Amino acid sequence: MILGLTAEEWQAVRLSLEVASRSVIVSLVPAIAVAWLLARGRFPGRMLLDALVHLPLVVPPVVVGWGLLMLFGVRGPIGGPLNDWFGIRLVFTTEGAALATAVMSFPLIVRAVRLGLEHVDPGLEAAARTLGAGPIDRFLTVTLPLMSPGILAGAVTAFAAGLGEFGAVITFVSNIPGETQTLPLAIYSATQTPGGEAVAARLAGVSFLLAMAGLLLAEVIARRMHLLLGRG
Amino acid sequence: MSGIALRHEFGPGGFVLDAAFDVPERGVTALFGPSGCGKSTILAAVAGLLRPRAGHVEIGGAVVLDTARGVFVPPERRRCGVVFQDARLFPHLSVESNLRYGLRRAPRDAAGPGFEEVVALLGIGHLLARRPSGLSGGERQRVALGRALLARPRILLMDEPLAALDAARRAEVLPFLARLRDAAGMPILYVTHALDEVDALADRLVLLEAGRVVAEGPVAALAARTDLPLAARRDAGVLLDCRVAHAMEDGLTTLDFTGGRLVTTLHPGPPGTRLRVRVRARDVAVAIAEPQGISTRNVLRGVLAGIDPVPGSPEAFVRVAVGASEILARVTRDAVARLGLAPGIALWVLVKAVTFDHRLVGAAGMPGEPPQDGA
Repeated sequence: MILGLTAEEWQAVRLSLEVASRSVIVSLVPAIAVAWLLARGRFPGRMLLDALVHLPLVVPPVVVGWGLLMLFGVRGPIGGPLNDWFGIRLVFTTEGAALATAVMSFPLIVRAVRLGLEHVDPGLEAAARTLGAGPIDRFLTVTLPLMSPGILAGAVTAFAAGLGEFGAVITFVSNIPGETQTLPLAIYSATQTPGGEAVAARLAGVSFLLAMAGLLLAEVIARRMHLLLGRG
Repeated sequence: MSGIALRHEFGPGGFVLDAAFDVPERGVTALFGPSGCGKSTILAAVAGLLRPRAGHVEIGGAVVLDTARGVFVPPERRRCGVVFQDARLFPHLSVESNLRYGLRRAPRDAAGPGFEEVVALLGIGHLLARRPSGLSGGERQRVALGRALLARPRILLMDEPLAALDAARRAEVLPFLARLRDAAGMPILYVTHALDEVDALADRLVLLEAGRVVAEGPVAALAARTDLPLAARRDAGVLLDCRVAHAMEDGLTTLDFTGGRLVTTLHPGPPGTRLRVRVRARDVAVAIAEPQGISTRNVLRGVLAGIDPVPGSPEAFVRVAVGASEILARVTRDAVARLGLAPGIALWVLVKAVTFDHRLVGAAGMPGEPPQDGA
């Protein structure tokens, strides 16, 4: 027992960290691509993509979870083939919890990455072009490093928010200890259990500490990166 | 020879750019004109950063743009070294990495000065480990010059490289530009609206106005013409290629030009130093007899070659042949009538020794010569 937490409670903390990390890892590259399309792309349907990406911010999380259940359920249009052909099942699994968390925090990452990208002076990319750098070359050597503070801010924010994702997760993958019971779900269960107030309080405290640590870390890293990029 | 011909319209009924000119194999061709005349647009089109409606751009024999045949080589394959007004150094890279950015991407068989050579030429060896954010404006522009040159381009394009700098920084960078011009061994297209930069650096001049080429030719030849917009400027006047003859004990310097000798308060350098002096027409007076008892040090004997009245003004340009050179004087039409000036008569040209402005002196293209100290 560390910090006065039981083994089951630690399991919920570990699971939360795992789900949040995996959600960030899964969504980072698509988020960079979508942010790039939204900031720089000129194509029909750009506004539609913009709205679609931001949908999880305004739609009730339970509805997002329900949508995922429809799409990725074992008889859903995506979940069905995944299960039948590859034996991958997302419902009621940790992977499913990560997916639900990723969808919910996706707009947060996209917004931060896009903000970072809009800070990149297109003149520098033009300079790279005249120096012989092709599209992928100049993205990797100029655009990406210069937008990295935005990427990092997005990742940290999404991670912190992902620790607390509740509605979409519980709807899509249910509340199974050791599989899908993350911190907020464990807190919810504790409050539903007679005499669980102490457990709920301990877990809520841990949630609070993790969130604070995440925000402070984001601030420290952002400052260092701005210094590195000469914007101190 | 590189050829540039462009036509571009900015919106329906908007500004039309329609310009064609040649850029010789070596030396600086200055694109000169007021802001908004389209000179930066031309540069962007040559670099490939802007796609003109119609145009043909050939750089050192390679066609990089031909809208008639659908040829558009992207900027990354044009091999144009661009120096922007705002340096545009990569802030996340050290000075050395900035310098090597283009070098690493240059074709293997491209010849050009090496890294050490360029660093020495621009005097930026002590900056290599620094970040661009820690540099002064002048230092940044010197690094940007080196970065463009090290990309082993076929042509250097400079878009008002000194315009964002204050007078002191300009004076700091200008000699390096002159050195680079002499060492680069490639054509340089130099966009500016500052006449003193033209005087100091350019070999050829392309005069632009409202998107069109008004005149093109050697700088000195255009400066001597009275029918160009240049003549309306306060600092209009001929350019004389001079050589420092000797420094006199009274602190004055004598300058030889083809046709005579000038005494000046300038200290451009040791004897033999080549420089180009702008003799402003409004600082020149003429006399029909050899003047006596005046303070003016430079009294040159010549022959009146022509009188060009200034339209809409009570003044006229008087062209005086002094040896093989021609000097312009701006006088009143009243003086022309009073003195009975007419082509063919003998005339004395008076130029005060103190009227040569330091700013107007630049090192004239002499490879290996140290840059002139303007201070």
